[in-house]
Amino acid sequence: MRITRETSGENLFSRIGRAGRLMVESFAFAPHVLLNRDARRTMLFQLYSTGIRTLPVITVVGLFTGMILGLQVGLALRKFNQEMYLGAAVMITLIREMGPFVTGICLSACVGSAMAAELGTMTVNDEVAALEIMSIPPVRYLVAPRMMALLVMSPILAFYACILGVMGGGLVGYTQLNVPFAQYMASAMSIAELKDLFTGLLKAAVFGVVIGTVSCHEGFETKLGAVGVGRATQRSVIISFLLILMFGYMITRLFYFDF
Amino acid sequence: MIHFENVCKNFDGKQVLAGVSFDVVEGEILAIVGPSGTGKSVTLKHIVGLLTPDSGTVTVREGARIGYLFQGGALLAWLTVRENVSLPLRETTKLSEDEIARQTDEALKAVGLEESADKYPAEISGGMVKRAGLARAIVRHADAVLYDEPTSGLDPVTAQTIHRLIRRLNAEQKLTSVVVTHDLAGACSFADRILMLKDGCVVLVATPEEFLKSDIPAVREYVIASKGEL
Ligand SMILES: Nc1ncnc2c1ncn2[C@@H]1O[C@H](COP(=O)(O)OP(=O)(O)OP(=O)(O)O)[C@@H](O)[C@H]1O
Ligand SMILES: [Mg+2]
Repeated sequence: MRITRETSGENLFSRIGRAGRLMVESFAFAPHVLLNRDARRTMLFQLYSTGIRTLPVITVVGLFTGMILGLQVGLALRKFNQEMYLGAAVMITLIREMGPFVTGICLSACVGSAMAAELGTMTVNDEVAALEIMSIPPVRYLVAPRMMALLVMSPILAFYACILGVMGGGLVGYTQLNVPFAQYMASAMSIAELKDLFTGLLKAAVFGVVIGTVSCHEGFETKLGAVGVGRATQRSVIISFLLILMFGYMITRLFYFDF
Repeated sequence: MIHFENVCKNFDGKQVLAGVSFDVVEGEILAIVGPSGTGKSVTLKHIVGLLTPDSGTVTVREGARIGYLFQGGALLAWLTVRENVSLPLRETTKLSEDEIARQTDEALKAVGLEESADKYPAEISGGMVKRAGLARAIVRHADAVLYDEPTSGLDPVTAQTIHRLIRRLNAEQKLTSVVVTHDLAGACSFADRILMLKDGCVVLVATPEEFLKSDIPAVREYVIASKGEL
């Protein structure tokens, strides 16, 4: 696919089609990213910067998500004298839904936005066209390493967010609701199944790919200079948010209904 | 080498090229001049396939390698000048590191940038960015190089250096060059032929002498306006 060739239509469906092709092509270049030394180095750098950019935010977000969950659920459980189940409730909510969800939100805000701005600036500065003219596919050189990095990093960060969230919930349980930590952890570990962990991590991986696709696509479709770059950044975050919600629902529906 | 036949191009209903026909002969330097917004950059983009005509045909000699010097240089900001220049070799050939280094140095030498090779694009001047872009365009032994306003925004002395460079590379490396420029005096000094575009049409293609003497009103107006600058 030639990125810089005139776009074949502005309507929603042709945009979705182009974004979809961008995603498929970037996965077709996955072997190149793994085998080529330069491409591998780019991917490692992207992995590193994805992790570093997101880590501080996700630490705070993960911890507080767990604390809020712990407090709200704990207060509800206390009404029925069931505080011993606090760990289970926090754990299940976090690994199935909230962990991947907050990771997606943080990644989109911290990494996706920057990707859209970076590729958007490159597009309006003709750098993407220059790659194309030099027969270097921009999808291979720019998108594939970023996509791989998001695909790998997103589940890792989601796992990290879950751990911190569970800790946060336990902290609130112990300090505010008099739930012993050992009891909290026992309850948490008793409910967690491997399936929950896998669907949670799968969700995070899907969110990573969604963010990569949307951000790179918006970057490449940037027009009209600096204004366009701003708009591409904004659009990438909004569209990622919406898709994260929708895909989150769909994956939950797929794995937890009728089972 | 390059052949345009009745090329038309519209953007959102606005006609930018209205039947453009011309040839670029092997080995020549063709300068394209004309007022802003008449589709000079659009014409260049058709040659490399970044744009496709609505009607008419653009043909380029089979297998010709085309280098493109963008108006802003279009260097990648996170690579040094040397890495930028070696990028096409690294990404599209299987040459050894030594060979890549040798050919990169050769291209850097051709544009006189050996000294600043390890700086980043943000650390060098506008003229050097253009020369780096040029080195990158020729590093894979291009057959033709397209220059989009290689001297805009440069002082007259640097501009003259670039003009001489275009001339020299064309001779040394047997290139074919198409140069979009606003500098008519400069174009007369280095070009074999000058093409004037106006309102999406070719007004005149002629040698510099004929161009300056032409009595086509649009050309006369352009020539007189350019002289006023001197
Ligand atoms: N991708 C595009 N989409 C829409 N319109 C475009 C596009 N590219 C160029 N145009 C329009 O085509 C016209 C010609 O543009 P072009 O860049 O070729 O002008 P130019 O002759 O190079 O001018 P300048 O000397 O200022 O660089 C302009 O009006 C521009 O707005
Ligand atoms: Mg132009």
